[in-house]
Amino acid sequence: MKFGIVTFPGSNCDYDAYHAVTEILGEEAAYIWHKDHDLQGSDVIILPGGFSYGDYLRVGAIARFSPIMQEVAAHAKSGGPVLGICNGFQIACEAGLLPGALLRNSHLQFVSAEVRIRVENPDTLFTNRYDRGEVLRIPVAHGDGRFVADEDVLDRLEGEGRVVFKYADASGNITGAANPNGSERNIAGVINESGNVLGMMPHPERACSDLLGSSDGVRLLESILSRVAA
Amino acid sequence: MSKFRIAVHITPRKGLLDPQGNAVRDALHTLGFKPVKDVHVGRYIIIETDAADAGAAQATVTDMCRKLLANPVTEDFEIESAVTA
Repeated sequence: MKFGIVTFPGSNCDYDAYHAVTEILGEEAAYIWHKDHDLQGSDVIILPGGFSYGDYLRVGAIARFSPIMQEVAAHAKSGGPVLGICNGFQIACEAGLLPGALLRNSHLQFVSAEVRIRVENPDTLFTNRYDRGEVLRIPVAHGDGRFVADEDVLDRLEGEGRVVFKYADASGNITGAANPNGSERNIAGVINESGNVLGMMPHPERACSDLLGSSDGVRLLESILSRVAA
Repeated sequence: MSKFRIAVHITPRKGLLDPQGNAVRDALHTLGFKPVKDVHVGRYIIIETDAADAGAAQATVTDMCRKLLANPVTEDFEIESAVTA
């Protein structure tokens, strides 16, 4: 399977994603320049973390108009998997691929830490290798990670199982203290209606080796592999 | 076509938590500006554009706000009257 990793000016987790796909998962990966109009035959698109366009105007606001985003949107519309991580999540929201938006952390500080997230829905393309309620250790590194949406949108997302991950404590309790950025309802990751676009603030691609602290992110990539390859 | 100058105010949507505004409000309180009730921090954008007339210029900028300058999920925008640049 081929993963296409989009590089925007200011992306800085594209190499991490490339490493995770090729070295850990053992699959093919290609960097896709944001000015291109060719997904190079990729089966899965990763919108990586970083600070595309210097976060000018709003996080992700300018990147969403990059030429390649037309192809990414078409890929998503036809059911192709898209994984937006951190800045990639912000871009996906701005592009309307996912509901809601990411705002400045409520405490106004950049947060770089390992957090715990609880798997709310293991029946997705991206989470089928996890158990419901399982607590994962995954790092976050962001200044604008506070997920917001209107109350009725939040209710709908929760009702439809589209809140995939929530920030939790080590025992899996959803608490204010476990919420690193003030996200509504501790939401760490959401999926679109058709279940093929996932956005999340934590970095699974940086949690792919016990040597680096956690390998809990590996199964997210394996989930995609098992579902798409089948 | 004439040249117009239009200013746009973009503010956090009403009712949404505005931590920046709160931080500024708290700093103002510390400075002794006790009567301050609320502060909101947003963006001020000035656009210079060619247009047939002021109405057309404002319509174009409204379109810009919907497409790029403001995010309807989190922000409100207000457009000032176009002035000849």
